[in-house]
Amino acid sequence: MRSKVVGSFGEAVAGIEDGSSILVAGFGEPGTPHNLVAALYEQGASDLMLIANGAGGPREDGIITTGNLVAEGRVSRVILAFTASTHPSRQTPLEKLHEAGEVVAETTPQGTLAERIRAGGAGIPAFFTPAGVGTEVAEGKEHREFGGRTYVLEEGITTDYALIRCWKADTFGNLVFRRAQRNFNPIMAMAADCTIVEAEEIVEPGELDPDLIHTPGIFVQRVVSIPEAGGRLTVPPLMPAARGRQRS
Amino acid sequence: MTEPGRRLTRDLMAARIAAEFGDGWVVNLGVGMPTRCSDFVPEGRDVIFHAENGVIGYGRNASIEEAGRYVVNGGAQPVLLEPIASIVHHADAFAIIRRGLLDVAVLGAYEAAVNGNFANWRIAGRKGGGIGGAMDLAVGAKQVFLLMEHTTRDGRPRLLERCALPLTAAGVVTLVMTDLGLFEPAGDSFRLREIAPGFTVDEVRQLSGAPIVPVPDLSEVTV
Repeated sequence: MRSKVVGSFGEAVAGIEDGSSILVAGFGEPGTPHNLVAALYEQGASDLMLIANGAGGPREDGIITTGNLVAEGRVSRVILAFTASTHPSRQTPLEKLHEAGEVVAETTPQGTLAERIRAGGAGIPAFFTPAGVGTEVAEGKEHREFGGRTYVLEEGITTDYALIRCWKADTFGNLVFRRAQRNFNPIMAMAADCTIVEAEEIVEPGELDPDLIHTPGIFVQRVVSIPEAGGRLTVPPLMPAARGRQRS
Repeated sequence: MTEPGRRLTRDLMAARIAAEFGDGWVVNLGVGMPTRCSDFVPEGRDVIFHAENGVIGYGRNASIEEAGRYVVNGGAQPVLLEPIASIVHHADAFAIIRRGLLDVAVLGAYEAAVNGNFANWRIAGRKGGGIGGAMDLAVGAKQVFLLMEHTTRDGRPRLLERCALPLTAAGVVTLVMTDLGLFEPAGDSFRLREIAPGFTVDEVRQLSGAPIVPVPDLSEVTV
């Protein structure tokens, strides 16, 4: 079986054209493909459509995030669960560009976002959900009653690319995620035409137990080994631990 | 304005809300103050904490050294896993929510209203916002508790007759914990169940934008 492993992050993101739609995985630090995002930043593609949980940053510690792509005007459209900081005193580059009309931003409930991606990846064009009914996010969308409850129609999402981070991959692209690293990763891997993965470790086919594989390699086009490509394995967490103290 | 009592600390508010969790409940904690609640589960009660990222059965907050870099809660903060823990992907985490398996979602809020409406995703004058999982949680969980500050930084009330900000969900809030007390939306007023020590009902009224009706046996907030 031909290996899907490429030797560098640059090779992994090669060919991502201007105007591409890209899913970027991760929730907080776990599962965020920092090395691929940094490579995309270097690569130069613009007029991108970005679909992710959020687009914070740019970070003060110099780690490149999707926020850097936004800040440099390389993103023209986003679908996110967070298009603004949850903190009123901070304003992200995305908020400024959105308010200036330079980025089209859609704020969507996180569960609706996840299900739109799952649906897209499962060949389902649209579905009804109760989330957002009676709020701004449901305005202008088709509503329908089922069993006396009102639901809103939301459309599935498929994209040109997905950027994924996993714990272990084999050379065929079978993926295993560790703990909270899973989050959006498996569903995003299914929803893109070209799924690109940075793996903390790459093993030979047969080394991963088929029963324990989260994403089958048939959904994956390119894999790059983080340590072998000289990537960053760990990144300082975005959020400190909550300050609640344990009661003894 | 100087206030006679001391407002409740965030830890005390979190602990008071956590005292409401029943044995065996499945609970989701929102970003911000609510994530502290997993540190304050009453002794002898099993509470199953569910997070939007698919971590089910997490426990107290921890340092990254202790928790490792792979386990975070819905606020992306490191937490420990309990022995019953399991992991699903994001779409399944929300399937659990919409399927009605959550006993309560504890969320932060900018505004709460007497009719059970609340607003927590966009502040005035902004175009974007942070919905996160709140809209899915608000319509999926059996109950919604809010953990919030009673007033804005410049002293304006957050407990209102009607929300002014765009809604997260309508008519779903059952309990509101603020730094001045514990309240229940009661249709045309907030029922004041417990009050912060050192404050009088009139003082709470002055800091509120809706009628406040104390219960007959009003007590101080204790944990």
